Amino acid sequence: MPDSPGLELIAHELDSASAGSVLGTYHERGQACLIVNPGAILDVLEWLRDTPGQEYRFLASLHGVDYLPAEPRFGVVYELLNMPRVERLRVRAALDDPGGEQLPEIDSCVPLFATAEFQEREVYDFFGIVFRGHPDLRRILMPEDYVGWPQRRDFPVGGEPVIFTHTEREVPRWYA
Amino acid sequence: MKREKLRSLAPLEEPRSPTDLRVRQLRARDLLRGDLEGPDLERHVAEAVMPTTMSKAIGWARANSIFPATFGLACCAIEMMSMVSPRYDIARFGAENMRASPRQADMLILSGRVSIKMAPVVRRIYDQMLEPKWVISMGACSSSGGMFANYAVVQGADKFMPVDIHVPGCPPRPEALVFGFNKLQRMILGNPDPGWRRRYNAIGTEEWARPGTGTATEEEAEAYAAARELSVAYDSARARESRKGPA
Amino acid sequence: MSVHGSAPARGGDVIARTGAQVIGTSPVERTGAGEAMGPEQELMTINMGPHHPATHGVLRLLVSLEGEVVRDLKPIVGYVHTGIEKSCEDKSYWKAIPFVERMDYLAYFSNMEAFVGCVERLLELEIPERAKYLRVIHLELNRLHSHLVWLGTSALDLGAMSMFFYCFRDRDRVLDLFEMSTGQRMHTRYFQVGGVFEDIPVGFERNLRAFCAEMPSRVDQYEAILNRNEIFLRRTKNVGIVPRQRLLDLGVTGPLLRAAGEPWDLRKVEPTLAYGDFDFDIPVGTVGDGYDRYRVRVQEMRESVRIIEQALDGLPEGPWIADDRKVVLPPRHELSTSMEALIHHFKLVTEGFRVPPGEAYYAVESPRGELGCFVVADGSSKPARVHIRDPSFVNLQSLRDMCLNGYVADMIQNLAMLDPILGGIDR
Repeated sequence: MPDSPGLELIAHELDSASAGSVLGTYHERGQACLIVNPGAILDVLEWLRDTPGQEYRFLASLHGVDYLPAEPRFGVVYELLNMPRVERLRVRAALDDPGGEQLPEIDSCVPLFATAEFQEREVYDFFGIVFRGHPDLRRILMPEDYVGWPQRRDFPVGGEPVIFTHTEREVPRWYA
Repeated sequence: MKREKLRSLAPLEEPRSPTDLRVRQLRARDLLRGDLEGPDLERHVAEAVMPTTMSKAIGWARANSIFPATFGLACCAIEMMSMVSPRYDIARFGAENMRASPRQADMLILSGRVSIKMAPVVRRIYDQMLEPKWVISMGACSSSGGMFANYAVVQGADKFMPVDIHVPGCPPRPEALVFGFNKLQRMILGNPDPGWRRRYNAIGTEEWARPGTGTATEEEAEAYAAARELSVAYDSARARESRKGPA
Repeated sequence: MSVHGSAPARGGDVIARTGAQVIGTSPVERTGAGEAMGPEQELMTINMGPHHPATHGVLRLLVSLEGEVVRDLKPIVGYVHTGIEKSCEDKSYWKAIPFVERMDYLAYFSNMEAFVGCVERLLELEIPERAKYLRVIHLELNRLHSHLVWLGTSALDLGAMSMFFYCFRDRDRVLDLFEMSTGQRMHTRYFQVGGVFEDIPVGFERNLRAFCAEMPSRVDQYEAILNRNEIFLRRTKNVGIVPRQRLLDLGVTGPLLRAAGEPWDLRKVEPTLAYGDFDFDIPVGTVGDGYDRYRVRVQEMRESVRIIEQALDGLPEGPWIADDRKVVLPPRHELSTSMEALIHHFKLVTEGFRVPPGEAYYAVESPRGELGCFVVADGSSKPARVHIRDPSFVNLQSLRDMCLNGYVADMIQNLAMLDPILGGIDR
């Protein structure tokens, strides 16, 4: 993990490389996180991947988060990893909820990290976040005709009380 | 002279007392030894071998050579696989022959949670199996949804297909599954009406081997229709009986 | 040959040619390979699964074949999607542990460790040494268990029936050990936030040592069966090679990556728990074909035994769970004497402990690769978001690269050596 000054250094260099891309940073529990502007997410990821001295070449994980009461509501989190130095860096794109039927949009990072393909589909499936430029953006885990974004915080958990359709009146004869 | 005595003692009816039973036992031993011949033999066969019915014999054969479908859903599938493994060895009960195709199988073990995406697939696999067919729902998830009371899991597989045996556990031990399987065997031996055709309002949906379209003669078609009618009538009579409850 | 205007004809695309009305978003699945073909060539697209004995679960594969050669492949997943991540948001932290266990159902201890470790990172809670060692013992036993099931079923896919029986025999011995220490065969819920649920019982160490003494010779026996088996060699050698860089781009971790020659193991590079204390090696392959994947996993079983033996030798005395009353249940005997302990117990059982707001990512090396857990805490006693980065889910993307331009039979081999666990993929 980059330490706290290292994180500020990265944020500063990023900001001078593409202005207005970094919205904030935090460093807690030994973990570093950059909060970035979703419009500049590809610039940020590419810079982190290719700049000598950074080289976060491995995308360990990509996931969506719904911080419902907070604004901006959605986050797409990229867990980057520098394998030679074993350093992890979290990048969080903060997305606003456009409201109504509209879905939040962000650029797909599949051209940069091929591993993101399934994971972006999963985020789309569960949070309804559209990844522009994704090669095959469809639902992945839910049925294709499913309606709703199940892992948003305002989606009910579901479930129902169990009703057994048949209850034996007595122990059946073959049961001895 | 002992045998003379026996013959005079032995009645042709059901054994009424422990003595009768003893007589029969002795006779069976004679039979095995090869001492029983002539009219004695005939009498013994008439008494002890014939009085079974065809349906009982078929039930016995069915219960002891079940072909389960190779079908794993989730966690329970691993415990289902270990049912075949040397320690638990389901081959003792004649069900080790797992068939990969549902068309060759007659028992489906629902081993794991059934999601809303999987439910139509499971139903189709069940429909592809030939009758008679039985279903064991293994574990809490497929029996009732278990701990996963949420948007993705069907809350109990008997919402969309008939289930004969529910085995509790999360996942059940292989012993538990073998026990459940033994219960299913008893059920097949007793040949009760599982009652699901009535519950699902499906009387008359039995499958029959149809005559080939090109070769069917008038007589064959008639025989087929008659047999089908008989079967439906038999089923509804049984349904009526079981609705009344046991005597 | 275009049919109408600019739309090019697609091989096997019946819908476009007939102009039939399409209902729903995308009812006809198809792979991309047909578009590159000339109009006179034809690909056969077949469907494999979700009910197929060689897919290790309910994986569905859409395969485009030219004769017997795989030209394109598309995995379709989600048939055991259980909504576990959503269910976890509805449970307090200590009730969510059994849920995450049921994701990757062969590596339940790894799942537990990822989630529990992540919550401990959020709480900044240090666990006692003995708990670390006990966790390592169980994690490595679980790796053995997972690899045994993998070896048995994969060899079964390649036609070696007896391997299945041998491997399941030894798997039952591992499960006996689990049952002895935790009370359950599978899904044990042994790890707690702050340590482990209970100390190991008397006699566990003796049984475990007996097992460890015997296991290497068992592995030798497995290798004696498979290593020089002509059929096995022909089916696995030089099949399914993917370049190392491509694997890294696809985010593949675990034995698949190590078989391609990349010595990346989180137990070594990010030693959590007590992994820093032990002396063990990371087996790596040279070619990256199916045979290397098999050899790497088999060698890992030996290394796991080595780790367990060292952990048993160095098992420290002391408490097995942290002494933080705000998080950990008080010992049972205190409940009858201490009012304070009773109050803590009541609060923990009814409401659960609260976790300060924040988010954390914690990764462990599961039998299949990097298993990461991402938890967002909002200050209440329930997590606001739990996400598991499952290695099977990410590794599955490399299946297409492995199978392309190979035979159908090689696809079965590749899938077997990929070792996907569908419960982990679909969660």
